[in-house]
Amino acid sequence: MSKDKPIVYPYIPNSAPAIKEEMLRAVGAESTDEFYKDVPEDLRFQGHLDLPDPLLSEAALKRHVEGILARNRAVGECPSFLGAGCYQHHVPAVCDEVNGRGEFLTAYAGEPYDDHGRFQALFEYASMMGELLDMDVVNVPTYDGFQAAATSLRMAGRLTGRRQALLCGTISPHKLSKIQDYCLRAMDIRLLPYEPDTGQMNLDGLREAISEETAAVYFENPSYLGFLEAQGSAISALVHEAGSVCVVSVDPLSLGVLAPPAAYGADIVCGDIQPLGIHMQFGGGHGGFIATRDEPRYVMEYPSRLFGIAPTRVPGEYGFGDVAYERTSFAVREEGKEWVGTAAALWGITAGVYLALMGPQGMAEIGEAIMARARYAMVRLDSISTVQAPAFRGPHFGEFVVDFSASGKSVADINRALLARGIFGGKDLSQEFPPLGQSALYCVSEVHTQADIDQLVVALEEVVAE
Amino acid sequence: MSRNIMEERYDGGKPRLRRFHQARWDEPIIFELSREGQRGILLPEVEPGIRDVAGDVLDTLPEGLRRAAPPALPELSQPQVLRHYDRLSQENLGTDLNIDVGQGTCTMKYSPKINDRLARSPKMAELHPLQDEATLQGILEVMYRFEEILKSISGMDRFSLQPAAGSVAIYVNASIIRAYHASRGEAGQRDEIITTIFSHPSNAACAQTAGLKVITLYPDEDGYPDLEALKAAVSERTAGLMITNPEDTGIYNPRIAEFVQIVHEAGGLCAYDQANANGILGITRAREAGFDLCHFNLHKTFSAPHGCGGPGAGAVGATQALARFLPVPLVAFDGERYHLDWDRPDTIGKIGPFYGNAPVVLKAYAWAMSLGAEGLREVAEIAVLNNNYLMKKVLGIPGASAPYAEGKRRIEQVRYSWQGLAEDTGVHSEELGLRTADFGVHYWTSHHPYVVPEPCTLEPTESYTKDELDEYADILAHVAQEARVDPELVKTAPHRSTIHSIEHEPLDDPERWAVTWRAYRRKTKSYPRGGE
Amino acid sequence: MTRKELGLIVNPVAGLGGRVGLKGSDGAEIQRRAKELGAEPRAQERTLEALSKLGGLEDLQIVTYPAEMGADAVRAAGWEPTVIGDITPGRTTAGDTQQAARRMMEMGVDLLLFAGGDGTARDIYEAVGLEQPALGIPAGVKIHSAVYATNPVSAGELARLYLQGRVASLREAEVMDIDEEAFRRGSLQARLYGYLRVPFRPSLVQSQKVPSAGEAASLGGIAEDVAEKMEPGVLYIIGPGTTTRAIAQELGLEKTLLGVDVVESGQWSVDRDRRAARLVAADANEAQLLALLDEHEDKAKIIVTPIGGQGYLFGRGNQQISPRVIERVGRENITVVSTPGKLHVLGSRPLLVDTGDREVDELLSGYLMVVTGYNERAVRRVATDGSNQTHRGDFHLV
Repeated sequence: MSKDKPIVYPYIPNSAPAIKEEMLRAVGAESTDEFYKDVPEDLRFQGHLDLPDPLLSEAALKRHVEGILARNRAVGECPSFLGAGCYQHHVPAVCDEVNGRGEFLTAYAGEPYDDHGRFQALFEYASMMGELLDMDVVNVPTYDGFQAAATSLRMAGRLTGRRQALLCGTISPHKLSKIQDYCLRAMDIRLLPYEPDTGQMNLDGLREAISEETAAVYFENPSYLGFLEAQGSAISALVHEAGSVCVVSVDPLSLGVLAPPAAYGADIVCGDIQPLGIHMQFGGGHGGFIATRDEPRYVMEYPSRLFGIAPTRVPGEYGFGDVAYERTSFAVREEGKEWVGTAAALWGITAGVYLALMGPQGMAEIGEAIMARARYAMVRLDSISTVQAPAFRGPHFGEFVVDFSASGKSVADINRALLARGIFGGKDLSQEFPPLGQSALYCVSEVHTQADIDQLVVALEEVVAE
Repeated sequence: MSRNIMEERYDGGKPRLRRFHQARWDEPIIFELSREGQRGILLPEVEPGIRDVAGDVLDTLPEGLRRAAPPALPELSQPQVLRHYDRLSQENLGTDLNIDVGQGTCTMKYSPKINDRLARSPKMAELHPLQDEATLQGILEVMYRFEEILKSISGMDRFSLQPAAGSVAIYVNASIIRAYHASRGEAGQRDEIITTIFSHPSNAACAQTAGLKVITLYPDEDGYPDLEALKAAVSERTAGLMITNPEDTGIYNPRIAEFVQIVHEAGGLCAYDQANANGILGITRAREAGFDLCHFNLHKTFSAPHGCGGPGAGAVGATQALARFLPVPLVAFDGERYHLDWDRPDTIGKIGPFYGNAPVVLKAYAWAMSLGAEGLREVAEIAVLNNNYLMKKVLGIPGASAPYAEGKRRIEQVRYSWQGLAEDTGVHSEELGLRTADFGVHYWTSHHPYVVPEPCTLEPTESYTKDELDEYADILAHVAQEARVDPELVKTAPHRSTIHSIEHEPLDDPERWAVTWRAYRRKTKSYPRGGE
Repeated sequence: MTRKELGLIVNPVAGLGGRVGLKGSDGAEIQRRAKELGAEPRAQERTLEALSKLGGLEDLQIVTYPAEMGADAVRAAGWEPTVIGDITPGRTTAGDTQQAARRMMEMGVDLLLFAGGDGTARDIYEAVGLEQPALGIPAGVKIHSAVYATNPVSAGELARLYLQGRVASLREAEVMDIDEEAFRRGSLQARLYGYLRVPFRPSLVQSQKVPSAGEAASLGGIAEDVAEKMEPGVLYIIGPGTTTRAIAQELGLEKTLLGVDVVESGQWSVDRDRRAARLVAADANEAQLLALLDEHEDKAKIIVTPIGGQGYLFGRGNQQISPRVIERVGRENITVVSTPGKLHVLGSRPLLVDTGDREVDELLSGYLMVVTGYNERAVRRVATDGSNQTHRGDFHLV
């Protein structure tokens, strides 16, 4: 960089020296230093920050970043059977088109007037989710499914005035870690036992654990380990008997074929919208939903924003605004319920676009297609003599545990060998669930062709035989 | 001779105010567009080979798990969906369109298009977080390099990029403070967080959510955070200090180091909410002021777009002594390979799934790389120059003032007050704001409570030209003048926006509020097309 | 919009005394002296200022009293009022104000707007109590009562928003007055006379929506916090106010709204999820308080809330908690409670004490922790009345 020719930064309009001078004169300041009078001398950073030399041209920047990214190997370059909370589905081009529009991408927190489009799009997102979930209240998305679960539990705690939450024992350890941190001091978290062969919640265990101290019982459908929890009605009956709240986490993409948790007694339903038209992005495409019935006592416990429909002074004109805004920390600081802030609005809009494209037909078809492809994969994998799939008996959605213990090989070794053959194997569960031995969580979706699955089976046959 | 159009656009050499009108598509709710049998997208056919093996999978579902009736989603063709959402997008005012200085505290700066393109490349978008690290070296390198940049900007020793937004980062700070005292056996005793009324409300709300008590300090009579009040507040119960600086008023606390020292002497930790860092990049750092923790909003200071309210990213920085509490995993580099470091026994744990919003980190990294050390300082200086320039213009409007630390320079934003105007005219700040929408710009009052009466918070960032700042100030002056001569015009605004004044009562009435279309239909007993 | 009825009462002599240094206008003799000194009533012009803000209200009916008690101002503002009642022009009395207020309440007006000072507020309170939503246009010399808007324009504005339904909530605001006779002799003794329900607009929140739950939630949180931290066997001297009343309610006790009650704290009852407490004395005076302190060997604490819009902690409306009581209880045993809203109004102005004893005032000065909610505190400066130079000495505090 040449010192005698100052840089005019394209992103910083007034960095042009003449304009800068003119503005300083207008303000009556000698230099920009004057604006920092309140920053004491000894707090002033001396010299230059130790940063790499800038890439001033867009071309150089692009080359640099693309050069680094080239070291990634993305899904699509090779078949991937990873899921475990982040899912590979086809993302319709219209989803990317809409969330790439500058009007949405670069907007933030305008009024319901100048940002009417954002309010309507998010109201419609919540409305379509409401149909899918068969519930009347759905929040503007929170950060992710982890947050949605943690907040649902704290809502249940506030609703009941109780402290204890009982969680299904097959919850993801990472999600559990998040919940434990988030509920520390507010709630006591306990895991429930499950049936080793089916993964189903042990109802005797639930009966034993549940009491008048129990604020919430939480389970998932499909579960983290892929199997479906079939005892929803029995669980919610026990929960309601104890005066507790039944919280169910669900994959929204499954609801074209699976019953919405409200049908088997869930009071609060939560989950992640990443499967609905949002790219995986290394785990950067998540958004959390929380849904309840339209009862004031539930509504008043949401920390999130809730966009409601309202008339304007012009007949026939739709307007939107915040429902019961007083709940939020925006309105009443620390007296609000938890907090509300920037979260995942763009993904909410995107998920709305996705649901509108899919419609009831698309949602039913995708649910069935995923189940069929997953079923095919399970049957084919199970045909390998030292491989058991699924490890849990009973119906599954798109994910299932594959047990390699009998092969005498570790999942880590198997995955390395698969990678060498250009395949991303399933998530290694041997650390997270030691009782499952050398098992991995495999995920199949509508994008996996018969050929992809056959390629996996052939590769695994080789690998376990090596 | 024909009329001179250009002359007609100027008045005494000054451009006339824009005759803006926002798009008004009067767009139906998406359910109203539905027609049975339409399809927006088709799925790959399930191969017969799969069907033969799998059989009727829905039959395997036990009673009660199979959906009884299809969800009542709308049925639309693809171009309909696109048109609907494109119309809604036009009824939305992004930073790409407007002189977005009106959303104070939000740092609405230009989000470079190239960065968005890069983040949308398949090499970023199609990465699964659980892939083998060997296939993730690129994204891990980006995260590692960006952490190095943040370390330099703040002087802190380690960063976690996991928090999905600023408030999560603040929460992580609270959680680390909690974990630190627990590690010293003082969890029960130290449970008070001190903050200031002009810090972002999330500081108070997150501390409260983390089970800590909140003590709020008010400004002293000079308008600065009150040092004596802090002295009265600290005790053996003090867990920590969580504050914004400069505060949301744009006032930099000149005694910040003393604040930190007093809290340290009392045995507490100090967390620096750097949401307002845009004006002090390269000028002053968390490290020199003695902070133990800090956080940056990558969707504000570091230019990643706000996406209508996320996805964002919060980066939490810690000193060496506190780094052990940061969420897992951190990104590490052994000289050859980048990897995720999970082996951190004192960690507060996981904060979200996986490792944070990586595309947002990528955009922030690209932005910082396009500027370098000198460029970042230029960002700060121009943001502050723009702010003080705008302040001079706004304070020239009768009825406007900048309470607290009056007459002093501000850093990157100002919380103004229109109390004078309101007393003269009965027109309130919110009403002025709604009228500014008629000129195609945003306007924001303040978080609650309104400690500054009739507030208005403007933050011009570095992204707007002098002419644009003049235009914004001209709009405010015009609207303020309207309040004097035709207050009803202002009070009934907006007139040229997408919609007109909303009736708010239903939104607070459980009998009438409706968060979903199905709830609205039920409560209003209305049927499609107004019929039946 | 449905038809709305506004009641309007102007105290025509309000503000007479101020500009001629008479410190109030209560009583016919003072009013006569004020007029002799060349005073002109401010009430008419101030009422007009407020009424000018009611434009845009279609279908508004104003009910008022004749001539200078309202009808003149309403007509000057361009409305044709429904005039009720009888007065003797030039000789109106407090009784007229009370009679007018009662009649308007009976007629079912939506809001009672009145112009005057503290004396007028007392008259309105006497007549309608907590039954009738009311709001004051500040026109008097003495404005200690929190029932007045900050200025006539705001009063008109708030009245309009309330009638339009855009401000829906009401809060109980203090009616206070000082003894004018004593005040003229140089001693200030403010008393709390009661509460009126006034429209509440702490701010128009986002999109012009109005908080409703905030105030009630704060009160509940404060009460829970204080009750939880009470110590068994200790006497609690609880000052007047709605905030302190919430604490008594949390303990299952009735509170004398305007007086000082004394409660002895018991054990926490797990079954009832409540602290046991016993009312020792209701509406206690200084002598009773001192006697109780003797009995309990000074094992006592004081719970007070700032009173009125000016933030008085001691010396206004709670003089029973005298300097001697405060000294014996000790500064460290004083719990200050306040809703955040009340504090925000003060901005960076301090809380005030004016106990009448300079030494005790000094003792109280400095910083005190204020309980603002459950597990929430604010730190506020406490200053003696005299040292507070920003405080305007002539009590035109509007």
